[in-house]
Amino acid sequence: MKNIALSSTHEALGAKMVPFAGYNMPVQYEGVNVEHETVRNAVGVFDVSHMGEFLIEGPNALDLIQKVTSNDASKLSPGKAQYSCFPNDDGGIVDDLIVYMIKEEQYLLVVNASNIEKDWNWIKSKNDVGAEMRDLSDDYSLLAIQGPKAVEAMQSLTSHDLSAIKFYNFVVGDFAGIENVIISATGYTGSGGFEIYCKNSEVKQVWDKVLEAGADYGIKPIGLAARDTLRLEMGYCLYGNDIDDTTSPLEAGLGWITKFTKKFTNSEALEDQKRRGVDKKLIAFKLDERGIPRQGYDIVDGNGSKIGTVTSGTMSPSLGIGIGLGYVPTVFAKIDSKINIQVRKKAIPATVVKLPFYKG
Amino acid sequence: MNIPSELKYTKDHEWVSIDGDVITIGITDFAQSELGDIVYVEVETVDETLEAEEVFGTVEAVKTVSDLFLPVSGEIIEFNETLEDEPEKVNTDPYGDGWMIKVKCSDTSEFESLLSADDYKALISA
Repeated sequence: MKNIALSSTHEALGAKMVPFAGYNMPVQYEGVNVEHETVRNAVGVFDVSHMGEFLIEGPNALDLIQKVTSNDASKLSPGKAQYSCFPNDDGGIVDDLIVYMIKEEQYLLVVNASNIEKDWNWIKSKNDVGAEMRDLSDDYSLLAIQGPKAVEAMQSLTSHDLSAIKFYNFVVGDFAGIENVIISATGYTGSGGFEIYCKNSEVKQVWDKVLEAGADYGIKPIGLAARDTLRLEMGYCLYGNDIDDTTSPLEAGLGWITKFTKKFTNSEALEDQKRRGVDKKLIAFKLDERGIPRQGYDIVDGNGSKIGTVTSGTMSPSLGIGIGLGYVPTVFAKIDSKINIQVRKKAIPATVVKLPFYKG
Repeated sequence: MNIPSELKYTKDHEWVSIDGDVITIGITDFAQSELGDIVYVEVETVDETLEAEEVFGTVEAVKTVSDLFLPVSGEIIEFNETLEDEPEKVNTDPYGDGWMIKVKCSDTSEFESLLSADDYKALISA
């Protein structure tokens, strides 16, 4: 198992560490509910340095990215980022990612830790255009500073006007006394804030200064458990749960990042699927009665027949009810449809709802 | 870690308080701290008579679901309904307000299988 640069810092802060995607990661510090609340109401900092970073460069960098990703990267300009996915050849998804355009002919792809090797090999296998590829995953750290007070709390750490960085935009500049840091207005919580990319050798200084600058705003370190409840309240997909090698981006509700303005891996089949309509869809549901849906539980109809499977589920800390995502046949996918979640011996009534669950 | 000496314990990290043939059961301080924030306690076996080692309920933390095992045979006579709305009592007061069920035991000789506080302390520090 790999350590991230700050593993011992997290241990010293009292974090419970768990192996996650091959890395020794902080899953919880003070408690998932208080950490969740901190991000929703103030500001929290996550160490998500396990995430993978690939640099794609050269005159054919864009060609390669257009070929392997579903979103249209030609729409990017320097300083802009986009959410995207790598479709596979069989209708599923290799991984989801964020594409950052650093400058002309230079892009940073940020991928899931569990898929670093798979993604690298996949992109390489499609690189017949001679783009230069570098895996920076072992050299870079990533801190996510998230919450409604993030902008105000972090402003003293940089000369850039943080409030001027729009969602899914970024600057490369000074932060916490370090130069050439990526300050990106992205995140996986729905509560606003930044993601900070810096070198492993710099991350201790950044972490310390972030906690110091945020102290007056009630900043706390936040673990992966709260990261999961936060993202699920927004309905953001988690690779391995809600999307995987077998789910199509269209079934997963990722049509908005599947752009047929260009050709990409398996784009013809996906375009055909779009024309015909999908047979199953990822839905968001809330339980109408007490209970907690969990990954792998059956979704059943009124007669108790299985119609689908829960892919993510939790007790929503903000809403105090059971919420989840899962795939069902399209006929059950309409908003307000009544379904049931089989929780142990009981089929608990649930309603299909619009995302996000949490509306701030 | 708080392990009151007057209570009995199980290898499944439950505590048992004995009052004649009626026992009160909860989970230990160690168990609640390992589980983290408890968000749901489900007991739907009230009025049922179960054998030792049978599942009488479920405790759910944010990321985990754990079965609750009955340490001795008997009838579940009461569930702590406060936990329906305040499952966090299991975290804040595991040996007090966080108690889970009361059981009328059919065979008090089964109490001999329960662990003492010292036995339990040895178990969790192993």
